This record gives sequence, structure tokens and C-alpha cells, in this order.
Amino acid sequence: MTRFETETTEYGVGVVRPVGRLNMVSAPQLREVVSGLVSTGTARVVVDLSATESMDSSGLGALIAGLKTARQAGGDLRLAGVGPQVQAVLDLTNLGRVLRPRADVASAFAGD
Amino acid sequence: MSRHRRTAWTGPGDASARPLPGGDLPTSLSPRVPLTPRLFGLRVLVLVTAVLGVNYIAWRWLESVNWSAWWIAVPLILAETYSLVDSLLFGLTMWRLRRRGEPPPPPEGATVDVFITTYNEPIDLVMTTAEAALRIRHPHRTWILDDGARPELQARAEAAGIGVVTRSRDWADRPRHAKAGNLNNALMSTDGEFILILDADQVPDPAILDRTLGYFRDPQTALVQTPQVFVKVPGDDPLGSQAPLFYGPIQQGKDGWNAAFFCGSNAVLRREALMQLGVSRYVTEVEVAVQQALRTADRVLARARRGLDADRVDAREALARVEAAVTQARAELRGGEALADITYRFQQRVEEAAHGVVSSDVAALEADLATIAEIAGELGESGLAEVDRAALGRLAARDWSPLGAIETVRTLVRSVDVDRDDEAQPVMPLATISVTEDMATCMRLHGLGWRTVYHHETLALGLAPEDLGTMLTQRLRWAQGTVQVMLRENPLAQRGLTLAQRLMYWATMWSYLSGFAAVVYFAAPVVFLVSGVLPVQALSADFFLRLVPFLVVNQVLFWVIGRRKRTWRGQQYSLALFPVWIRSVTSAVGNVVFGRSLAFAVTPKERQSVDRRPWHLVRPQLAVVALLVVASAVGLVRMLTGAADELGTVVNLVWVVFDLAVLSVVVKAVRYRGPDAEAVA
Repeated sequence: MTRFETETTEYGVGVVRPVGRLNMVSAPQLREVVSGLVSTGTARVVVDLSATESMDSSGLGALIAGLKTARQAGGDLRLAGVGPQVQAVLDLTNLGRVLRPRADVASAFAGD
Repeated sequence: MSRHRRTAWTGPGDASARPLPGGDLPTSLSPRVPLTPRLFGLRVLVLVTAVLGVNYIAWRWLESVNWSAWWIAVPLILAETYSLVDSLLFGLTMWRLRRRGEPPPPPEGATVDVFITTYNEPIDLVMTTAEAALRIRHPHRTWILDDGARPELQARAEAAGIGVVTRSRDWADRPRHAKAGNLNNALMSTDGEFILILDADQVPDPAILDRTLGYFRDPQTALVQTPQVFVKVPGDDPLGSQAPLFYGPIQQGKDGWNAAFFCGSNAVLRREALMQLGVSRYVTEVEVAVQQALRTADRVLARARRGLDADRVDAREALARVEAAVTQARAELRGGEALADITYRFQQRVEEAAHGVVSSDVAALEADLATIAEIAGELGESGLAEVDRAALGRLAARDWSPLGAIETVRTLVRSVDVDRDDEAQPVMPLATISVTEDMATCMRLHGLGWRTVYHHETLALGLAPEDLGTMLTQRLRWAQGTVQVMLRENPLAQRGLTLAQRLMYWATMWSYLSGFAAVVYFAAPVVFLVSGVLPVQALSADFFLRLVPFLVVNQVLFWVIGRRKRTWRGQQYSLALFPVWIRSVTSAVGNVVFGRSLAFAVTPKERQSVDRRPWHLVRPQLAVVALLVVASAVGLVRMLTGAADELGTVVNLVWVVFDLAVLSVVVKAVRYRGPDAEAVA
């Protein structure tokens, strides 16, 4: 069962950490978590994938949906802690052309 | 040997690859097509047909075109060449005819969503299908995708324990994309590993999943398509509803080339394949939209600047800042930076620029109002109302305000983003470029390296159109959809497809161009019988020796393949519906090239009026029949009076008889009054 840990940093950035698999079963939950954060005023969101074992295309779809939600509220969604499996998935669908993963949560919104 | 140049990724650790115990690949999953004696014989026949056909057409082009009557000779040789290409593509399709045999058992633990798509079909009909779907044996969840959002259907479905999916709020005021949109919407709110798609009238067999899921043991399989067969259709099939040649040898042949088509219903799809397609399309479309917006930015900004009054220094400055942001975004794009980062920074800069104008505009407005108030003080109350209205009027005219100028620019700015604000969902797995979403989606899946399967077993029974008008609407829509795909994503130019896959898609598109050839085949004998003008140089022995063997062997090939199947009806309709095919091409070109509406109609599942025989629907065909009959009479008289050559007249009369036999199907169709009337009669 995939868990979603959330926290808000001191700079007001929301952090979502999927623990386990981000696949067709858990992807809708990720969408809801991000929507929840954005609707309560946290439009800058980092999805920390360091505890995500694996991801499929539905997981990518949920990231894109979250990106849209955040953008439309004037914020942004960024990725951090991307491991080799997730990176492979990003490369295969070319989603890396759109979303460039950041090294870690702390640097995800650095400078913005 | 693998013909698949790329391997599709199918998920974490190939979780969906569930090989059979023992590790043997059953023949039904192997990408190889075994060369049976029957297939060998078929190939010989295909080769002989091709050789004879090319020999005939080459001779026609080089030796026998009557150039002095080019106005009929050239159309005829073009039509004949068209038919030869059609025949060659058919032969290629048959070359790897594949009978898959017994499917493997379903993968362990497969989760399935059954989608029943409906828009306006009668509620009883939808419920019949949905209740049959509940009885499917393999574990699954059943959903009705009601694009009509009918409360009554919702209530009845819920009472039967069936889920209903309607469009989310995101779809309000955005393109709905018909059935593709309906399916894309439902994909976002369900989570089954596999999806069975059923049209509202396709009543499934309880075994449909047990017989199809096994093919997904191959982790590269994206789709399993089963036939569409229709009940309540009389044996002689007056409306040509059944497609025994397509849901049979043609799909089996395409399957051999890993090009089995998705036909919109009675098919199982792998969610991962669809989502992967949706995500990669999202990336492509965002890239294209951003590039396009940045390319046209100069023009839009220049126009905005011209529209500004000379004294709007603040707005000019804002536009200059937008321009700088565009330049920077272009540089970042060239530098290979990620689109989300480029667009985020771009939006921020534009926001700042626009914000500057808004505040300066508000300041200007306040200053204006202060002046107005002063003047008003001098003129009294009525004067204020007067001036105020005028000021408001000018504010409403957007091009007057610098804020308005920035707003037009922001239409452009909105495109430089990654949220696909113009669409309800950023990820659209089922293709929305055509009114028939299935073919384009399938071609894109093949382009990504996925495999498709045709399973030749009737596992659902549907309802066919019951009257000519409905049937014509349906055929027009299919043809329009196919031509749209041909124009928008021509298979011959698609990367990622094998040559054979390209030709398999091209073959189907090519067959929809037959309307133009049909007109020539009707016109040529009329021209000779009336005027004596022959489009060929002479009806010599050479001519017959080349043509007749080709025609004979072509028919034998057709007969061998269509054995025990009723294929004549299909042959008739492929020529007799020439007005439909021609209209599909002209309307699709109008739509794709000139942006005109297709005048697209949903196929009604219920019969239209039966009181009147719809002769008006086949006026062009009736006119052609009249023309052929009159021309035959004239030709006979000309022959008997010695004005026309006997051999030429006889040949052309035989041709007329063939044309009339083809066209006679429309009379049958007009007189058909539906299955219920047939049963009474």
C-alpha cells in the first residue's frame, strides 16, 4: 500500500512524498493530495520521489495533472529525489523534456 | 528475429509480464506466422495476381492509352491503377494471414474495467448491455460512460450495482472530443490494469475476458480486438452491415504484420500502453504549442504595439518587457532547458510586465476620474453621468486600453505554458484528431512499439443500423474519420512504424478513395456506347490476353479468401456508395485543410421513419442507373445501324451489366424496412 507523506517547509512550499509504488492504483491519490495542498493555498509543491520504489505511466499522468493544478493556481510542481527507475520512465516518455528533476527538496524552489 | 525495432516499456519490473509455467511461448503469442501449406498456396496466388496485374497496367500505360480521347482515357487508366494498387495492398495483407488458435489463460490477478460508452442510445438498450457486462465471468468492474449524463440512466445503473461515469467539471467550455473524450475522462477516474470497451449496443459474451486477457501475458501487447458481429440482420444483409472480410482475413492479415486494427468496440486495452501514449503525446503537444507560440510572438507583439496610442509609454514598456521574455524563452529553448522551467520563468516575467501596466493604468484611470469629477463639479450632476458613460464605453472597447492590448498578448502568453489550458485534461490517451478515435490511437500505439492482436472469435453481438439513412450516416462518419487520419497523421510518414505497418494503415485509407474510381467505371461505358469513343487504343487480342487472366486470378484469390463468406455485398457497397466516399474525402479535406465543420452526426441506433421509402438518399446512384440504361439502348441502336463496332458494344454492354449488378444493391437497401418488418412479411 502506497503512503503519501506531506509537509510544508518554512518557505511555504508543500512537499509530497509517495512511499512505495506510484502506479495506476495509487496515482489518483497523488492527484488528490496535490489538489488538496493547492486548494488550501500551497501552490508551490515538490514531489519527493526518494522513497518511491517504482512508477508507471499513470504515475506520470498524476504528476502532469498536479503540475496543471499548481500552475493554474499561480504556483508550480517540481520533482526531487528521482531514482534511476523513475528517471528511465521520464526518459522513455520524453517527460524529462518538460519536467527537469531537482537534486533535493531544499533546492527545488531555490531562487524562485 | 524480431521485426520490432523498439521494445515497449511496460511498467515496474515487468509486473504485467506473467509467463506461463514452463516458460514456453504459446504459438498464439509468438510474433512468428507459421508457413502452413495453405498459406504457401495463398502466397503463390498473391504473387501470380501481382505479376499479372502489374503486367496489364504497365502495358496499359505504355502501349494502349488512347491519348486522343485523353479526357476519358486518363481518368480510366488512373482508376485502373488505383484498383491495381488496391489489389496489391490486399495481396500484401494476405501474405501473412495469421490464425492465432487457442488463447492462453488470463494473467493471474488481472484487474479489469469494463467501459460501456453511450451518448443518446435508448436507456433499455444500454442497460441490456450493462447487465450482460455484469455477467462477464472474469472479475471486473462495470462502468457506463454516459456522455448524455441522464439522471434516469444513473438511477437504473445504480440500482443494478453498475457505476456511472460522466464528464468532470474540467470539460465545461472545452472541446469534448466525442467518444475519445468520454473514454479519456473515464480513464482518469478508474484504475483497472485492462479496459474492455463496448459500444452501448454490443452485448458481451460472459467469456469475453477469459478468451482475450491471455494475450496480455506478452508484456508488449497493448490491444486485443475481437470481431463486430450484428444480430437482427437478415441473411442477405441488405444494408451490408456485416463485414466478414474485414473481421476475418483482413484483420488476420494485418495481425500477421503486427498491425491488427483497433475498431473502437469489443476490444481490450492495456492501461499502461494508453497512459504511456497519453504522456508522450502530452510532451509532444506542449513542445509544439510552445514553439509555435514563440515563433508567432513577434507578429502578435508588433500588432499590439501598433494598436497603442503614442502616449502610452507604460504599455510600450510592458510590451518591450514581454518581448524580452520571449527572446529569453527562445534562447532557453534552444539551450535545451526543460519546458516547465522555461515557461514558469516566462510566465513570471510576463506577470510582472502586465502587473506594471495594470497598476499604472489604474493610476491613469484615477487621475482621469479626478479630472472628470472636477469638470463634473462645474457642470453639475447630469454632466457627470454623461462623461462617465462615455468613459465606460471607451473602457469596454478593449483596444483602447493598454490593459486590453496586453490581454490580446496574453492569449499568446497562455500558450507558452505546460498546463494545456485549452483542453479539459492535459493527458489525452485516446487520439482526438479524428471523429473515429480508434485508428489514430492504434497507429500511435504501434509507433511506440506496442503490439496488437486480432482474436477471431465472436464474443459480443451488436445492433446494426436498421435503415438506409442511418447506415449512410455511419459509413460517412467512418470514412471521414479515416480520411482525417490520412490527412493529419499520414501513416506513410509516421516514425516508429515498420514499412509493413505503414502499408497496412495505408491500405485501409486507400480503399476509402474508391468513390472516384467508381465514377470513372460508370462513365467509361456510357461514353463509348453513346459516342463510340474508346479510352483504349484497340480492343485487340493483346488487350484481352492481358486483362482477362488478371481479372480471373484476382477473383480466384478473392474467392479463396472469402470462401463460405458473403463478400459480394461488401464489393457492391464499395462501389455503389460512391457518393458517400467522395463526400467523405471532400468534407475531410475541407475540415483538415480549411478548418470547416464536418457536420458530424452520431449514428442513431434506433430506426428512423419507416413510412416512406428513402429513394431521395440514393439519387446519384439512380441517376447513374438511368444513364447506363439509356446509354445501352443508344449503343444497341448504334450497333444495329452499323454506326458502332460490334465487339466494342458487346464488351461495354457486359461492363454495364456489371455496373448495374453493383448498383442494384441500393434498390434492395431502399426497399428494406428493418428486421421487424421482415419477420412479419
